[in-house]
Amino acid sequence: MKQNLRTAYGEALVEAGKCDPDIVVMDADLCKSTMSVLFEKEIPERFIEAGIAEQNMTSMAAGLAIGGKKPFIHSFAVFDTGRNFDQIRQSICLPKLNVTICGSSGGLSDFADGATHQSVEDVALMRVLPNMTVFVPCDAVQTKKMVKASLSIEGPVYIRINRMDLPVVYKEEDAFISGKAYVLREGTDFVVFAQGVMLHKALEAAEMLSKEGIAVRVVDVPTVKPLDAVQIKNLVQGMKGAVVAEEHSRIGGLYGAIAEILIEDATVRVKCVALNDVFGTSAENYEVLLAHYGLTADKIIEAVRAF
Amino acid sequence: LVDKNVLIKSLEEKARILRKNIIEMIGVGHAGHVGGSMSCADIIACLYFYKLNISSENFIQQDRNRFIMSKGHSVLAQYAALAELGFFPKSELVKTKTLKGILQGHPDRNKTPGIEANTGSLGQGLSIGCGLAIAMRLNKIERNVYILLGDGELAEGQVWEAAAAAKHYKLDHLVAIVDANNMGAVGFHKDRYCMEDIKAKFESFGWDAYVVDGHNMAELIRVLDTCDRSCGAPKVIVAHTTKGKGLNFAENNASYHNAALDEAQVQLAREAFCGEKKEVCV
Repeated sequence: MKQNLRTAYGEALVEAGKCDPDIVVMDADLCKSTMSVLFEKEIPERFIEAGIAEQNMTSMAAGLAIGGKKPFIHSFAVFDTGRNFDQIRQSICLPKLNVTICGSSGGLSDFADGATHQSVEDVALMRVLPNMTVFVPCDAVQTKKMVKASLSIEGPVYIRINRMDLPVVYKEEDAFISGKAYVLREGTDFVVFAQGVMLHKALEAAEMLSKEGIAVRVVDVPTVKPLDAVQIKNLVQGMKGAVVAEEHSRIGGLYGAIAEILIEDATVRVKCVALNDVFGTSAENYEVLLAHYGLTADKIIEAVRAF
Repeated sequence: LVDKNVLIKSLEEKARILRKNIIEMIGVGHAGHVGGSMSCADIIACLYFYKLNISSENFIQQDRNRFIMSKGHSVLAQYAALAELGFFPKSELVKTKTLKGILQGHPDRNKTPGIEANTGSLGQGLSIGCGLAIAMRLNKIERNVYILLGDGELAEGQVWEAAAAAKHYKLDHLVAIVDANNMGAVGFHKDRYCMEDIKAKFESFGWDAYVVDGHNMAELIRVLDTCDRSCGAPKVIVAHTTKGKGLNFAENNASYHNAALDEAQVQLAREAFCGEKKEVCV
């Protein structure tokens, strides 16, 4: 079963807003895409249309947080981390204010709009900022849990939301704890760390490899930062190799985060399936675009076999 | 009228003390933002000792006026006032911009009591003020948010995003003050990069705009009182000032935007700001 992450996100925002009168939602003229429009419909008095002015929206959120509010700001991931990077750094991260930044249509998921609208560097940009927490959900259930979790975190949180419907792998009763990785399939030969859409590709790859007698452990890493280094090191114990799969540049994202931890002991080789330092492009559908950049189960299988 | 004259005199005296404090913070041989701190000292004195009613006791409350130093490099003037108000011991002043001090080169709300927002990357303070004004409206708090901007800072496009937002949301508790000292870090705006008519620009965004002499305490008092009136529009005060005001060698001299002073200059400054009673400076 597939569900839409944006819709799940918007519904979670409404739910949170009904319980907490301090939640304020801002959007930069994309509320129908980010689905913050659901909040506007239900709680219009706490929805602020910021206009197409992401920098002002971001610093306004800082002001709202100083005034005791819990702002959520929205745009496409590429604009909500790039256009306003300095505002996030200076007015939000430095003072460690409670602002949640939603980067919607993350990665290549806005497949038709091309490179200007696709984010291949947003996770790296947010991860490098001190005080920032970075979430990348892989399904609708996890998305909802992240919205809730962001409210109990001291300091800013970035949530990258995929535009498309993705298979649901989590159940309502499953836990989501910031910083924890989750083993979704056990295996003893190799480990694949993945997040977002690539988590599903990793599960597919593991299923195919199992038919050849290769047992792959698939780990969902929904929190890029902070990352539990001990847990990541434990998960590679006894493995013949580790692959990191992400819908992002190979520079600075999840591959970087995992490699930075594993290089300390260097007990296992680490490879990645990611964008090879290139921008996106327009395509007729999402799957075609992912395949164009090698973000497929087949490429994960290739990486595993090549150890 | 007598009372008013007493008020003006006392605020002028406060401004003198702020300038004296600024010199003690900069000291001998360390670069400091002399020019912009001196140009806004009278504005800061009028805000902190007449209009804001912010104290170390009420600072933790939401229900109070707010002040954001958007031109963060001039924070020495604000530190000078916060020290006078007892937000931190005056002994901190000489530790400005040191590892052991609590006074950073630019405002940091987590390191210095009395600081509202982290600024220094220019152009963000007005937006932060807009957010704060909306938070206060949601909380049903009827107070003002004051933001001090530099005239050079107005070149940042984000200022005009905020100007549009403030009008759209009818933030009539928002009072922006432009410290129009006519100079940037390198020279006069007219020679290098000019934003032309500041008042007309804000008016075209739907703001109520006023122009005053930023070193005339009577004018500052009057215009800040005028800005208390609610009218559905945000207000801007274009305060014409002199960069380096009060220091002969630094006035209208861009070399003192961020400069180290030698011993003789510090001595001259101490004499200039020692007051009628010839206070001995530490």
